[in-house]
Amino acid sequence: MEAFEYVAPRTLADAYSLLGNGRRVAALAGGTDLIVQLREARRSCDLVLDLKRIPELRVVTIAADGSLQVGAAAPLADVYEIPEVRRRWPALVDAASIIGGTAVQGRASLGGNLCNASPAADSPPALMVMGARLRIGSAAGTRELPVGEFFAGPGQNTLLPGELLLEVIVPPMPAHSAAFYHRFIPRNEMDIAVASAGAWLQVGSDGTIEGARIAIGAVAPTPLMVPAAAQALHGRKAGAEAFALAAQEAASAARPITDMRGSAAQRRHLVGVLARRALERAHQRATEGR
Amino acid sequence: MTAAEKPSYRVIGTRPIRPDGVEKVTGKALFGADARPAGLVYGKVLRSPHAHARILSIDTRAAEAFPGVLAVATARDLPAASDEVQALGETAVNLKELSDNVLASDRVLYRGHAVAAVAAASVHVAEEAARRIRVEYEPLPVVLDVREAMLDDAPLLNERLLTRSMGKTISDRPSNVASKVQFVGGDVEKAFAEADAVVERHFTTKMVHQGYIEPQTATVQWNPDGEITVWATTQGAFACRGQLAEVLRRPASTIRVIPMEVGGGFGGKTPVYLEPVAAILSRKSGRPVMLTMSRSEVFEATGPTSGTSIHVKLAASGGRLTAAQLDLAYEAGAYPGSSVSAGAMTMLAPYDVENFKIDGYDVVVNKPKTAAYRAPGSPAAAFALEQAVDELARAIGADPLAFREASSSREGTRMVNGMPFPRIGHEECLRAAMESAHYRSPIEGPNRGRGVASGYWFNAGMQSSVTVAVNTDGTVNLVEGSSDLSGTRASLAMQLAESLGIEYSQVRVTVADTDSVGHNDVSGGSRTTFATGLAVHQAALDIQQQMRTRAAKLWGCAEDEVVYEAGSLRCTTDEAKTLTFAGMAAQSARTGGPINGRASLLARGAGGAFGTHIADVEVDPETGKVQVLRYTAVQDVGTAIHPAYVEGQIQGGAAQGIGWALNEEYYYDDDGRLANASFLDYRMPTALDLPAIDTVIVEVPNPGHPYGVRGAGEVPIVPPLAAIANAIADATGHRFSDLPISPRRIVETLHHLE
Repeated sequence: MEAFEYVAPRTLADAYSLLGNGRRVAALAGGTDLIVQLREARRSCDLVLDLKRIPELRVVTIAADGSLQVGAAAPLADVYEIPEVRRRWPALVDAASIIGGTAVQGRASLGGNLCNASPAADSPPALMVMGARLRIGSAAGTRELPVGEFFAGPGQNTLLPGELLLEVIVPPMPAHSAAFYHRFIPRNEMDIAVASAGAWLQVGSDGTIEGARIAIGAVAPTPLMVPAAAQALHGRKAGAEAFALAAQEAASAARPITDMRGSAAQRRHLVGVLARRALERAHQRATEGR
Repeated sequence: MTAAEKPSYRVIGTRPIRPDGVEKVTGKALFGADARPAGLVYGKVLRSPHAHARILSIDTRAAEAFPGVLAVATARDLPAASDEVQALGETAVNLKELSDNVLASDRVLYRGHAVAAVAAASVHVAEEAARRIRVEYEPLPVVLDVREAMLDDAPLLNERLLTRSMGKTISDRPSNVASKVQFVGGDVEKAFAEADAVVERHFTTKMVHQGYIEPQTATVQWNPDGEITVWATTQGAFACRGQLAEVLRRPASTIRVIPMEVGGGFGGKTPVYLEPVAAILSRKSGRPVMLTMSRSEVFEATGPTSGTSIHVKLAASGGRLTAAQLDLAYEAGAYPGSSVSAGAMTMLAPYDVENFKIDGYDVVVNKPKTAAYRAPGSPAAAFALEQAVDELARAIGADPLAFREASSSREGTRMVNGMPFPRIGHEECLRAAMESAHYRSPIEGPNRGRGVASGYWFNAGMQSSVTVAVNTDGTVNLVEGSSDLSGTRASLAMQLAESLGIEYSQVRVTVADTDSVGHNDVSGGSRTTFATGLAVHQAALDIQQQMRTRAAKLWGCAEDEVVYEAGSLRCTTDEAKTLTFAGMAAQSARTGGPINGRASLLARGAGGAFGTHIADVEVDPETGKVQVLRYTAVQDVGTAIHPAYVEGQIQGGAAQGIGWALNEEYYYDDDGRLANASFLDYRMPTALDLPAIDTVIVEVPNPGHPYGVRGAGEVPIVPPLAAIANAIADATGHRFSDLPISPRRIVETLHHLE
């Protein structure tokens, strides 16, 4: 591990002032990706900027408009252990509770999972299908963008110099709608997605699909939204036939590679299976209690 | 055996707490990286980024000038080692090759091959300095696959390597095939021609690693007077000392190896990697130096077990196995010395096959030098054979266990090397498996299947020394030199207590350093409870004899009138004259001084053993995921000294075998880079991936040991690969002949993906 400076500012203003200046700055939240990367010399930096001491970055709240606002450095366990989160955004729990093991979840953050920008990350497809947005800040002010526009490539996000990810905003789920996220791993724990899929469905009282979103992971340089899958579902009756069509679109949208975690052919096949099963589970959630 | 036949033991067969248990569960036990000699500094090894290259030059000046650097080492600092082979338990090591493996001199043969090392006050400084060493390489063509390496036009790893067989050179040109073994018996062609059914299939397995949790670490202090102290995590302190003495060209007596607790070895902690390098760095810096590998270094640069390519042709006639034609090619890694001959010798061991022809090839490839891994050579061989046996049983409509029983080896059956088996227990294992609740239960439901498989391991004897000091309060100190990998302090103390007729709690055991006990071979080959146990028993007999001599003197009777029995001495001619063990111990000073028992031996009579496993699996045909639903491991252990630790060994072996079957593999890119050199991507099973593994202990005593011990640790990794594969074949209708049977392989096969 190369030598670097470490600073833990207490305010956002102080944090912004440490960005730029020509130095390579690595923002640290939970550190469960960053510290490993630094230790293994897969990444190097001049300054590690620890964001955990900035109070607003650790807050998890449900806002007056019913949206969930998660500070970028809040540990995953602080998010998924809130009963209201489990009830209203179960797909977020689907993802947050399988990132690393239990011990890691007491440290790892949603913000870190997004900024690390792994194509196989678990939170992006779940957040994408729920329509989540990100609030990004800099000394000049803040901006918002949909989660799906945050990723530029493996390990690459679209933050500009001087910017920090501040908050993840998950909107309330509309009536008769639900999301589900899952991944395929060869083992039952402590593994990285070979392929993953999230689905969101809104189903009318007659079973017609009124809204749908499908996102897939680990099958392209970034997590992907699959608009063609959503279009294939829209207006159809929820069920095996529609889900199979959408699954086919998801598989077609995949641009997978072959590596030690799986082959391109396996991933393309799997992502179809996962998309179909995610739709089945989202549908189940959306229609529970009807 | 029936209960009536089993001798009644006082201590053997009970389940006391292991002597090292409290220290280990409270975190006080000292492992290799806990060594802290005064003035300790740290080192880092620079490794080759190429899988095959010539080293043109090494410029260490920038590293030497780096602030904080205390020493830099390269192969130039090692004396030229002799080109001779040293026995290392189950494997052997050529010392010239060992030296080159420790620090490459002129050529790197695999990615991760050590090239240089730096010592500094901090490991981070050492790492930064190591990066400043400039090595000029001339990359050479890479060969990774065992069969490709055997081709005439394959890139050569060593232009001086000629193929040898039976002590003779059999190739007239350089080759990557280092050696060939062959076993022939009967008339294979005739047997195939006359067979009721024939099965022929090709199998492959990938390199896999032992996956011990504790990485390699070594701490060495080389004093100016030439005395060298080593704190090592090793399966054999004496083997470590021997290799070090040879590589460094130092007298053995000047090297003291202190064996620390071992965080898993499974055969992989028999060769030295870091010790000679730390020694050089210590000599040059004047400070004790610790080197510790990262996990990726462990994967890239320590010995895994061979990837293999095995061709099998079997025949059945009259309801039993009659002929086998086997061709085995094993990857040795960068230097010769795979476990192919053990594979060739164990492969047919479970069966009495009259006609056989077995060819085995030891082949060098641009991957790390393989090391022993739990029953080295046997699991891959059993993976191939036991699948073909299963297929053959199906072909003739026989129950797979009944077919195995009809074909089974027994006492007197000749092994492929012509030696007859002494009393063995394969048939007993098969019967116990057939009678198990598991095998009698139905396997129902879609995508589910059941598989069985047997396996064999020789178990080893080799050399052990122990001393036992009798204290005047009636307790004893057992000083032994077998690294405790699996609860052997307990199994040895129990045998000593049994043999002396005292309580287990009266025995304290120490695994001593190389200055404090006589020579002991490595803890390997499942030999410790057997062979060091034999030494412990003999040391107890030595004490008994000394006590009888003293009692005879005390009582004024003849020595042969004194009997030692159940922890007491008595005079057969005068009933009033008795003395307990503690009573005699208390009188040591008055009867001739301290009583010390000792024994040193080359253990003969090791008992080979068999296991038979039953696996139930469920396969998700859409994702290729395999869940092991139920697993039962039956094994003949001779006598289970400590049944709980025997069960632990059986479960551990089964767990490793299941991981090997389903997900574990060395995944290389075309340039010879190991792409999954981490526990994240080298997918060993977690606790959530395994069912409870049921064990059935079969006890067919080994006639070569006073308590019937055979050895337990290695047999259980032999059957699982094939048991799982047979279960998957049953569940899916497709026979997978290549390992691992990963989700990728299953979906690509079942869905005909490219």
